[in-house]
Amino acid sequence: MTDAAHGPLIGRDRLWHPPAYTAGYKTSVTRAPSRALVAMGSTLSEETGPAFGRDMLGEMDNNLILNFTGQPAVGERIIMHGRVLDENARPVPNVLVEIWHANAGGRYRHKKDGYLAPLDPNFGGCGRTVSNAEGRYEFLTIRPGAYPWPNGVNHWRPMHIHISVFGHGFGQRLITQMYFEGDPLIARCPIVNTIPSQEAISALIAPLDMNASIPLDCLAYKFDIVLRGRRQTFFENRREGM
Amino acid sequence: MPQKLDQLRESPSQTAGPYVHIGLTPNALGNHGIYPDDLGTTPIKPGARGEAITIIGHVRDGAGMILRDALIESWQADAAGLYPSPNERRGKADPNVTGWARILADFDTGDWVLKTIKPGAVTLPQGGVMAPHIALWIVARGINIGLQTRIYFEDEAEANADCPVLARIEHKPRVQTLLAKKVSTGQYRFNIVLQGDDETVFFDM
Ligand SMILES: [Fe+2]
Repeated sequence: MTDAAHGPLIGRDRLWHPPAYTAGYKTSVTRAPSRALVAMGSTLSEETGPAFGRDMLGEMDNNLILNFTGQPAVGERIIMHGRVLDENARPVPNVLVEIWHANAGGRYRHKKDGYLAPLDPNFGGCGRTVSNAEGRYEFLTIRPGAYPWPNGVNHWRPMHIHISVFGHGFGQRLITQMYFEGDPLIARCPIVNTIPSQEAISALIAPLDMNASIPLDCLAYKFDIVLRGRRQTFFENRREGM
Repeated sequence: MPQKLDQLRESPSQTAGPYVHIGLTPNALGNHGIYPDDLGTTPIKPGARGEAITIIGHVRDGAGMILRDALIESWQADAAGLYPSPNERRGKADPNVTGWARILADFDTGDWVLKTIKPGAVTLPQGGVMAPHIALWIVARGINIGLQTRIYFEDEAEANADCPVLARIEHKPRVQTLLAKKVSTGQYRFNIVLQGDDETVFFDM
């Protein structure tokens, strides 16, 4: 029988994910492969992957409010927390989760971002952690602002946090974005709308989680991340000794 | 109604966007002070066994423009074909090979460079031998879901001919889009074309 770290990966449902070519998100038009992907079962190259220990983490790595200068960043204080799971609903422990986002005014600390909103001298914009034995992770940060971007004449990104996650196999590698419950810009966003179904979009919207909030300190949002799973079967065809 | 499957759906992918470096390589961007070093600056440590090689390339879009904001991750076996992964069951990989790297297109020229060791062929538990290769995962603004491809080597013709993954490519002339071209001893060129006539083969595996 396979476990969460061994065995063939379940094939990706390409109709659930955004397709490569999405006319509404203009940059994808010239960056989308036009030929069909060559599909086949995963091999060891996809089933194995790099491992990251908790020992490489700094004490403040998952605290984006303090991890840049030690002085607090401006904005609405939030906890972002959840679990890394696989498609078989099993926790994925000991995997690296990295996040990055704009400051409370919607400005990124990046030389290519020239938005009017000022930089916050105390907000760097990134954090990282490693999921624990139950697959749980958490960050303390500020809620990012919405920002305009030059796709249509007046397009705005909803408030969002970019997330990069590893599994135990390189083929599970995933980057996505977390949105906030109730944000009216979600439905208007061309990047959100690269996702074909409302059901799949909903999977990226974090609900307010009052039970995890801290009174007189911060609100909380819950965001579970689901990675590709491994085929579960008692009948694996393996050569002797493998 | 039948029983419900006890399953979840994979989180839908979203583009890494134009600011991916803030999150994944802040030091390379000039955002110092958060992490002492960026992760994945090299897939090898001093003393790694095998032939030292350098692969240089770029990522080109369907309009012929070279991407200056592409981020590529690479994953490879050691010189003996073993993966430095906790779930590698065939043996213990070279401790001086981490196997994983984050490779950035140069912010001005778009060229990327990978200095590594040539991986060995990978014998699959279910049978078959994959030719020496480096798995790549490419993200950038405008890429909605990370692109999977592989670097193979043009000077491994015999192993390539027997590789079960290359054998899956029906349109044989396209195999050459996955072959790093030897420029000189230990030096290879591997350009990635996202769209067009000479489009690189991308996998779904
Ligand atoms: Fe963003």
